[in-house]
Amino acid sequence: MKLSLPLDEYMNPGHLACQGCGATLVMRYVLKALGQKTVLCIPACCWSVIDGPFPYSCLDVPIFHCAFETAAASASGVKAGLEMVGDKETTVVAWAGDGGTFDIGLQALSGAAERNDDIIYVCYDNEAYMNTGIQRSSATPYGAWTTTTPVKHFKDQPKKDIVAIMAAHRIPYIATASVAYPEDLYKKMKKAKEIKGTRFFHIYAPCPTGWKSRPEDTVKLARLAVQTCHFPLFEVENGEHYILSIKPREKKPMVEYLRLQGRFHHLTEKEIQLIQKEVDYNWSRLLRLCGQAVAQSSASE
Amino acid sequence: MGNHSLSYGAMLSRAQVISAYPITPQTQVVELLSEMCANKVLDAQFIKVESEHSAMASLIGAALAGARTFTATSAQGLALMHELLHWASGARLPIVMGNINRAMAPGWSIWSDQNDSLSQRDTGWIQFYCANNQEVLDSVIQAYKVAERFSVPAMVILDAFTLSHTYEVVDVPDQSLVDAYLPPFQPAFRLTPDEPHAFGGLTSPDHYFELRYKLQKDMEKVPEAVEATGQEYEKIFGRYLGAVDAYQVEDAEIILVTSGTAGSTARVAVDLLRQKGIKAGNFRIRLFRPFPFALVRQILSRAKKVAVVDRNISYGYHGIFYQEVKSALYGLSSVPVFGFIAGLGGRDITPETFEAIVNYTLNKNQPAEEIIWIGVKQ
Amino acid sequence: MTAKRKRAEKIFFNSEKEMPLAPMSIGSMSFNLTGAWRNIRPVIDLNNCIQCGICWKFCPDTSILIENEFPVVDYDYCKGCGLCAEECPTKCITMVEEIK
Repeated sequence: MKLSLPLDEYMNPGHLACQGCGATLVMRYVLKALGQKTVLCIPACCWSVIDGPFPYSCLDVPIFHCAFETAAASASGVKAGLEMVGDKETTVVAWAGDGGTFDIGLQALSGAAERNDDIIYVCYDNEAYMNTGIQRSSATPYGAWTTTTPVKHFKDQPKKDIVAIMAAHRIPYIATASVAYPEDLYKKMKKAKEIKGTRFFHIYAPCPTGWKSRPEDTVKLARLAVQTCHFPLFEVENGEHYILSIKPREKKPMVEYLRLQGRFHHLTEKEIQLIQKEVDYNWSRLLRLCGQAVAQSSASE
Repeated sequence: MGNHSLSYGAMLSRAQVISAYPITPQTQVVELLSEMCANKVLDAQFIKVESEHSAMASLIGAALAGARTFTATSAQGLALMHELLHWASGARLPIVMGNINRAMAPGWSIWSDQNDSLSQRDTGWIQFYCANNQEVLDSVIQAYKVAERFSVPAMVILDAFTLSHTYEVVDVPDQSLVDAYLPPFQPAFRLTPDEPHAFGGLTSPDHYFELRYKLQKDMEKVPEAVEATGQEYEKIFGRYLGAVDAYQVEDAEIILVTSGTAGSTARVAVDLLRQKGIKAGNFRIRLFRPFPFALVRQILSRAKKVAVVDRNISYGYHGIFYQEVKSALYGLSSVPVFGFIAGLGGRDITPETFEAIVNYTLNKNQPAEEIIWIGVKQ
Repeated sequence: MTAKRKRAEKIFFNSEKEMPLAPMSIGSMSFNLTGAWRNIRPVIDLNNCIQCGICWKFCPDTSILIENEFPVVDYDYCKGCGLCAEECPTKCITMVEEIK
């Protein structure tokens, strides 16, 4: 039996994630790639709770549960501390949700990226402040219902382009990934592990509880996000060199993705068309950015 | 200058990770430390963070990784760190920080005032208030010793400009002597893949209470430890520093209670007053957190009159040293305690200030009002 | 066939003296049998299983183990999310109501 990923697990069962949680899949795959010599800095987010309360943990790697806005700063400090006590090998990872990355944690992230601190920053994106009960973040997409963007006043602003922000910092490596493509995530994480400096991952992690989708649809949604080109998979090296990871053979319409999620059920035909237009625009923009590299490396699905 | 005393203290203590953000009047601390790191006089990593909040956050990470850590800040910067001051003590990390006492804005002020550090007195940090640059340097080294023994963070506090920017003769101890007094940091726990733990996870009412009980219990051991380490320090370096600095209190008719550089000026005032035949004494509190109850009660309960001078105020109440001294003496002594507010925002405190305070106090059996303002244009 | 893994124990403290100095973990969450959460359970028909490993790959609770080259559900922890059944390419996994 040939498995596409190593058998070793660093995440134990018994954790407190919801049924069908995308964020746990992200952790599972990332740790398979990084291995035992890893330290995680986890600010307030779903994973602060998923890991389990004091005095338990569900992971076989050490965790520093840190203050909400400090994921990147904490990781920078841990890395410096470990090096000064003689450990230059352990990978230090800041592990934050979209809230702790796009919003409250953005300053610390920008600071660490500007200093090119030797950390891997993983943002698992479930598109809202899920841990506190589904409030909107700047990662919430246009049109979504959340508890602070009710249906009559749904999220009116587009999703913040975090990859563009990180690319502007000219850090050595940025990658997007999705839990529906674990081999792609694994490969990128393995590549990132060997690079020195600030590495940033934006990983799509569907949330059945917050998106009002069926728990069994989590992987399907993560796949559709890529196939509709709403969440494309690509890498950015040194802030300039864009490499497309997957170019869908058939670009699926957004409505296929939207109708599986209760948070979009209120949308009118017109609003769905607006969303489609935005996705089309962003996709063609990305293709142009990757145009420099498409000839060298692109994989069709 | 006082700022450089902090830098030398951190250097001699072999701080390993420094993370700081500049703020007047602390800048010379970090500038000298940057040079020391660049010249390899100090083997440390200096993270040039983008805010004080990130400074403390990164030090918490570094300390959890097992490194000896140092930072310095003042006023607005200290306030910005506030959330993480609670974090450092709750996480039981012996981080040492220099704080330059500077008035809180608005309006912008860069001058001496104690409200910034005293606003943090509930956060579980040891606090030393220093009266001269020698004490600053020595206190940094002693702070590491005590902090690491009890796994509690500590701050060494000095007044803006009157100490931070004032040059004094300071004996910089030999590195080998400091190494003998202060061995390398041996953390009780740390982040390591060899023994993975999750630090700071969700803690229910079933457990939080006990964890905080432990913190308080360890804090209570600090005043005695400060006295003991002061004696140990004296044997090696020839200088004694205790939790308090009591001057001419034995036969005093009135004891001034002071802190910081005002405490140093008060000594001069005591000498001048004694020349005039007034038996004044000075009780300078160096260790404010944890509060040195035993020494306060022992010395002040026998006084005839006590005049507490605060360069701070808890709005809606009174000066903070006054509140705490008065409540420490409650029930033990009927000594009248007078509370004075002076020097806010850097208004100069001079020997004349103390003369006015002493004259007021000697002429009254009890204070006429709760708060007595000295030097403000009423 | 059910898979069995090493389980951890629940931790009780009788006094603050038994507790660590800082709030840090000293045990594993695997004492917590999350199998109690589910209403439906996955049943794998091994006759139609093509041993692709996809169900094992997509389980958020690491509750599908590989034994003798076949997937086995660990019912102590499986939360019944249904991802394995949904993703299985031969549809050999069925979600069945839990028996009371």
